[in-house]
Amino acid sequence: MGMTIAEKILAAHTDAREVKPGDIVKVNVDVALANDITAPLAIKAFQTGGQTKLADPDRVVFVLDHFTPNKDIASANQCKMVRDFAHQHELKNFFDGGDVGVEHALLPEKGIVLPGDLVIGADSHTCTYGALGAFATGVGSTDLAAAMMTAQAWMKVPESMKFIFKGELLPWVGGKDLILYLIGDIGVDGGLYRVLEIEGPAVTSLDLSNRLTMSNMAIEAGAKAGIIRADEKTEAYVRPRAKRPYTVFESDADARYASVREYDCANIEPQVAFPHLPENAKPISEVGEVRIDQVVIGSCTNGRIEDLRVAAGILKGQRVDKGLRCVVLPATPEVFLQAEEEGLIRIFLQAGAIIGPPSCGPCLGGHLGILAKGEKALATTNRNFVGRMGDPGSEVYLSGPAVAAASAVTGRISSPSEVME
Amino acid sequence: MNIHGRVFRFGDDIDTDAIIPARYLNTSDPEELRKHCMEDADPAFPSKVSRGDIIVAGKNFGCGSSREHAPIAIKASGVSCVIASSFARIFFRNSFNMGLPIFESDEASAEIKEGDIVEVEASTGLITDITTGKQYRSRPIPQFMQELIADGGLMEHILKRGGI
Ligand code: SF4
Repeated sequence: MGMTIAEKILAAHTDAREVKPGDIVKVNVDVALANDITAPLAIKAFQTGGQTKLADPDRVVFVLDHFTPNKDIASANQCKMVRDFAHQHELKNFFDGGDVGVEHALLPEKGIVLPGDLVIGADSHTCTYGALGAFATGVGSTDLAAAMMTAQAWMKVPESMKFIFKGELLPWVGGKDLILYLIGDIGVDGGLYRVLEIEGPAVTSLDLSNRLTMSNMAIEAGAKAGIIRADEKTEAYVRPRAKRPYTVFESDADARYASVREYDCANIEPQVAFPHLPENAKPISEVGEVRIDQVVIGSCTNGRIEDLRVAAGILKGQRVDKGLRCVVLPATPEVFLQAEEEGLIRIFLQAGAIIGPPSCGPCLGGHLGILAKGEKALATTNRNFVGRMGDPGSEVYLSGPAVAAASAVTGRISSPSEVME
Repeated sequence: MNIHGRVFRFGDDIDTDAIIPARYLNTSDPEELRKHCMEDADPAFPSKVSRGDIIVAGKNFGCGSSREHAPIAIKASGVSCVIASSFARIFFRNSFNMGLPIFESDEASAEIKEGDIVEVEASTGLITDITTGKQYRSRPIPQFMQELIADGGLMEHILKRGGI
């Protein structure tokens, strides 16, 4: 019987020739990732296990991106613990100080994750790497500790759901709008325990950055992974970065899916997810009057150079609305440098935006733009749960970079066409 | 192991930011996390809950982040188990790896009320609402995960068996 990409990658990482949904399998892990929040627990679990040696230090990646530069004493202590461990075990993939970028933007950029890989990360947005044709999923710190000890993990083989995006994208629509539309359709548990396999001409037309945005939010539908088949664009992205061989997998024509859905992009306007769930997506034409206090452009969802170009294209020669804070966080040092070289940083500063360091910043309410009670923010991030960006009485709306930049200019959630006439 | 406690009810899609807000994740100390458990869903929860109590919720409990701080905070609050109609995937995994008992049952999730006294037979997953006298069967747990529980969690499992 035919297999899906997910099934093939899982099978390739076990002793079995075939796997089927529902099987529990032991898999070899190519990359095991943790950050400054989850690595400390993983290290503790590793040490409780009495372990002194990593199974393979080259497969372990630590990125101190959440509360760094250290925002307080407690986070400084957490980072120090991870730093000491990384140095002791001579991790070559340890990102600290000026090398830090938001992990899921950083790993593809550095060529650490490649097509066909099996990746686990103690961070739920590890599913981002599905856009490279990898099987990547979030786990807890104990699973990660187990992978540090054994270079293996246990997995239940998930069923796959297929999503086909047809037609041409409307103006100002990108990967973020497509994935918000999908989540709005199936709900925050619509993909629970399953893999979203995303394809179709509209997806093929997207660059890698927009595809990474889509896979990034698979978890927001409860999914285990969000996979996009690797094509020529993927290979063009990956080839100059890869330092080891990789394999491109494709689903068989007779592979089985739990469901198949088709969307016509002619119906998909720029989307905005209302508080307090990503599934509350509405087309921009139905948003109405929503005044906002803050705009955040950044994160592992939309903090890459392509996102900053879109935002700068709208903010060029404009001013951020008086009283509104617009925070821009380039996702990695490379993105920051590129934005500087292209003159985007200048555009942001002249428009009155605040530039933050490559960090998760306010995405999870850490620092660099926390909301007060009653405040509203529009963010290019991926979650708008209660209290996600600050006070439990604040609200977060989600959109792509175009709507976010336009809204920074008008002070209320707005279509880019309003500003760009 | 038998579980016996008073029920606290929560709705659908209780996310990990509601279970333990990210603003407190600059520590992994269970005692610190306990103080803020469920705070954004019910600010009074940390002061009301006592040892042995049970959380009953709707669908997709624990959605959102991969933070193990969520099951740690719940365990540190003294909660003896969580019953829901479904769990988010990573939370489900973490609970087994950490030794927090969880049970899936649509009927129990729909019918059990706040304040009811409930008993759960952990080995069989049989749930009894002592207040109403009704019984519910929870969804069976795969063999491998039963082994994890029997060994006392993932770390203990690996140490005992020399691998996963
Ligand atoms: S940017 Fe936000 S979602 Fe992405 S890794 Fe950081 S905190 Fe998580």
